[in-house]
Amino acid sequence: MRALDRKLLRDLWQIKGQGLAIALVIGAGLAMFIAYLSNFDSLRRTQEAYYEHQRFGDVFARLKRAPRSLEPRLALLPGVAQADARVVVDVTLDLPQYDEPITGRLISMPVPRRPVLNDVYLRQGRFLDPGRSDEILLSEGFAEAHGLGPGDRLAAVINGRRRNLEIAGIALSPEYVYSVPPGELIPDDARFAIMWMERRALAAAYDMEGGFNDVSLRLSPGASADEAIARLDRLLEPYGGLGAYPRALQFSHWTLDMELTGLQTVGLILPVIFLAVAAFLLNVVLTRIVTVQREQIAALKALGYADREIGWHYVQWALLIALAGSAVGLAGGVWIGRGMSAIYNDFYRFPVLEYHLAPELVLGALVISQLGAVLGAQSAVRRAVSLPPAEAMRPEPPARYRPSVVERLGLKRWLTQPARMVLRNVERQPGRALASVVGIAFAAAMMVVGLFFVDAIDELLDVQFNVVQRQDVTVTFAEPRSARAFDELARLPGVLQLEPLRAVPARLRFGHRSRQVTVTGLRSRPQLNRVVDASLKPRRLPAEGLVISAKLARLLAIEVGDVVSLEVLEGARPVRRAVVSELVDEYMGLSVYMEIGALRRLMREGGTLSGAYLEIDEAAGGELYRRLKAAPAVVGVGIASATLQSFRDTLAQNILLMVFFNLLFAGTIACGVVYNAARVALSERSRELASLRVMGFTRGEISAILLGELAALTLLAIPLGLVMGYGLAALTTMAYDTELYRFPLVVSPRTYAAAALTVIGASVASGMIVRRKLDHLDLVAVLKTHE
Amino acid sequence: MKAETSSDRGATPPAGGGQAAVFVARGITKLYHMGEVTVEALRGVDLELYESELVVLLGPSGSGKSTLLNILGGLDVPTAGSVVYRGEELTAAGDRVLTRYRRLHVGFVFQFYNLIPSLTARENVALTTEIVPHPMPPEEALDMVELGDRLDHFPAQLSGGEQQRVAIARAIAKRPDVLLCDEPTGALDIKTGIVVLEALARINRELGTTTAVITHNAAIARMADRVVRLADGRIVRLERNADKLAPHQLSW
Repeated sequence: MRALDRKLLRDLWQIKGQGLAIALVIGAGLAMFIAYLSNFDSLRRTQEAYYEHQRFGDVFARLKRAPRSLEPRLALLPGVAQADARVVVDVTLDLPQYDEPITGRLISMPVPRRPVLNDVYLRQGRFLDPGRSDEILLSEGFAEAHGLGPGDRLAAVINGRRRNLEIAGIALSPEYVYSVPPGELIPDDARFAIMWMERRALAAAYDMEGGFNDVSLRLSPGASADEAIARLDRLLEPYGGLGAYPRALQFSHWTLDMELTGLQTVGLILPVIFLAVAAFLLNVVLTRIVTVQREQIAALKALGYADREIGWHYVQWALLIALAGSAVGLAGGVWIGRGMSAIYNDFYRFPVLEYHLAPELVLGALVISQLGAVLGAQSAVRRAVSLPPAEAMRPEPPARYRPSVVERLGLKRWLTQPARMVLRNVERQPGRALASVVGIAFAAAMMVVGLFFVDAIDELLDVQFNVVQRQDVTVTFAEPRSARAFDELARLPGVLQLEPLRAVPARLRFGHRSRQVTVTGLRSRPQLNRVVDASLKPRRLPAEGLVISAKLARLLAIEVGDVVSLEVLEGARPVRRAVVSELVDEYMGLSVYMEIGALRRLMREGGTLSGAYLEIDEAAGGELYRRLKAAPAVVGVGIASATLQSFRDTLAQNILLMVFFNLLFAGTIACGVVYNAARVALSERSRELASLRVMGFTRGEISAILLGELAALTLLAIPLGLVMGYGLAALTTMAYDTELYRFPLVVSPRTYAAAALTVIGASVASGMIVRRKLDHLDLVAVLKTHE
Repeated sequence: MKAETSSDRGATPPAGGGQAAVFVARGITKLYHMGEVTVEALRGVDLELYESELVVLLGPSGSGKSTLLNILGGLDVPTAGSVVYRGEELTAAGDRVLTRYRRLHVGFVFQFYNLIPSLTARENVALTTEIVPHPMPPEEALDMVELGDRLDHFPAQLSGGEQQRVAIARAIAKRPDVLLCDEPTGALDIKTGIVVLEALARINRELGTTTAVITHNAAIARMADRVVRLADGRIVRLERNADKLAPHQLSW
């Protein structure tokens, strides 16, 4: 090993604490880079392979009923490679341990063949046998939640008749990688079953023999989805088509894609922040090293070492620290990545979600960390290179100080000498002090934005379930029903309050833009399911006109007062015009509301309703649910509290893990910055502090000078960090401004407090380590060394 | 002491008559700008250094002797004037040429040793031997300064005199053509200072290395072949020692 390399290793060992702190910041950044992007890669590979293997559709459509003779024409549509027509119906299930009805979805299977598109993956058991009308394949999530397996039986109310279905196998489908019960907002494996049944048996039960009500298309490569959708809509129009939609809007796929985008964005942005902080730290430390080693650099130059060799020597400091950080980051990234992968395995239903770490990703991590290190090192290295050797032989002149702003403002007499030293020192290198403050602030900001997700989800759930949806039960009918159905519901036992719901599927068109929506007719001042804007004020629906989500208005460029056209997708499919009276800022979905009377007038119908919201007496719940389960017209019964509880449980586990990692990463940044600032300050000022000790200052007093500076930086950083965190949270809400949900920009005091405490804790810990060094300051040795 | 006129400066004939000049410096001026103040460190210096001689540059602090040494050693360039080393113009040379010149031809010894604290004696010497062709082994160089038994000691484990001898070993291990020493005993007491000077004298004698020693200590001048006296950026006197002393005969 060359002597210069030995110097490098021994010198690095001397600053191991600082080197480690920087390596950990780099490591944390790379760990996120690896963890997020490897999961992005794993999920995407898995998704692609799964879609390909199971022939996941590109375009989907539902309709009322079309004859099977139409099937061949589907595949002949231009741009369509394959088409599959199915029967899909929602039913209620009757589970002995549940009072309330549970939603099941029955999908037809062409036994003994396999579906052309959206084939299932058989996890357990066997495929359906032909001619067995009571056999089903059951979705894995539901089977697991209820401990069901092949050979077990399940009771379903199919077209008003209770049928015992035998589970032949447990299956997965690319359509339901992520699934949410119809009409609900959050996933609940225990309350949503997907079942596949022989087509003939299912069709017979629903009068669909010789017909279908669900279409999937697979497009030829390069074919336009928009054109295929337009053609499919025209073809299905006479048969009650509910409007086709592309894969991008298929719920399971959309959710997965959102997650993928999130992983990729976070996996690229966060590491950049960490590497930027690490680069800054490397810069501070190396600049100090170059100053301390000024005379060594001079000697090397006198010995005939070329600038290139000296420059490379100091670049290597940074590279080695980054390399150590990369090792930590790789190991940590794989560990966290596997953990995340396990969570995804719980959340998403894939046949196999194999954790995959691409070699390119590892290489990329190494490259960006080394690049970041070089960038951080470069100004210090340039200083070393450009140091004129003759000048470097002489000791550095004393640093230039001047009275600080505070003193110049005339507050001088209020300041003790140590306080003046702190202020002047911070002011002498404002750039460095500022960068330290920003670095520490990043730690606080990271905590804020990490915990903000918890706040936002909390707020979202709170608003949705306590302010908006105040009903206990939502009943949905398979078909719109007359006013009599309302009276029947009102007569059910335990119903305390009842409000009608009219939901009309329609295509809302404005100019050349259009969107498929459901026009929800509610009472003008509903008490149960209310229309609530972002300021949480319940809204009164106007007597005429539509109230639409602000998000929908933005998508379609609609303003209040605009007249839109509503192409109704049920019944006689009338086309109506309606004025947009108001906008409402909501967190969930793309809503279109109308006062129920106005909607009925628009539809030219009487007291028609699509369902109802119920407030019930829990004591009578059992009997009520039994009656609902048996009612053939009822397809969906949503129960708010049960769903919410199970979702909160799942979320709580993942959130705890997320908070832990955030704490770890934010703590790493804060410690890295504070500790390095302290060590560099100690190195720069140990002579001065030792002199003070000789003059009779106590350890406490000299610590106050050094640690006071750190405390000042930390205290400046916290408010800045909280503001930055709020800004990042605002950016996040913009990123999650989707059609399905928006994140409320709500940061709780608890989050701010946690962020501030993390940073203070990290600062105190770093300060204590430095304080120990100060206590062991060797007065004689420090004063003897000349600098 | 009488200042010589510029016409006779540098005209002192070399010792032994026919020896070649290693350095020929003419009209060297060096200005430093320190803020608004301009300091004239050297004001037109003419000087030759000859093969194998040991020259002492004597002068009080601020007389410009360090600046002169740095310019001769290629660490600094003059504001005006020229330095020719073995027929090669150093003043016009770029940084690359100066680095190469220092690397291959010059050995430096500094007042504060400038050892690398994280490297042992042997490794400090190896810093030089690793980057030049045909060096002497580090052990041999350290033997020459009588530190053969302290090879694996770190600078902090060595006395000041020992550290300076390591620095000398580091300077000579490349077999330099010239050895430039800036106050080599400046930080040492008389006893260790003499040991260090012994080492320098021995190398000059045995290897024939042209050696220039800067000092403000007039006593040291008596070990030189020639003495160049500087004051206020000018050479004020050049003298030849008729009776050169061995370092152990010196006292101050």
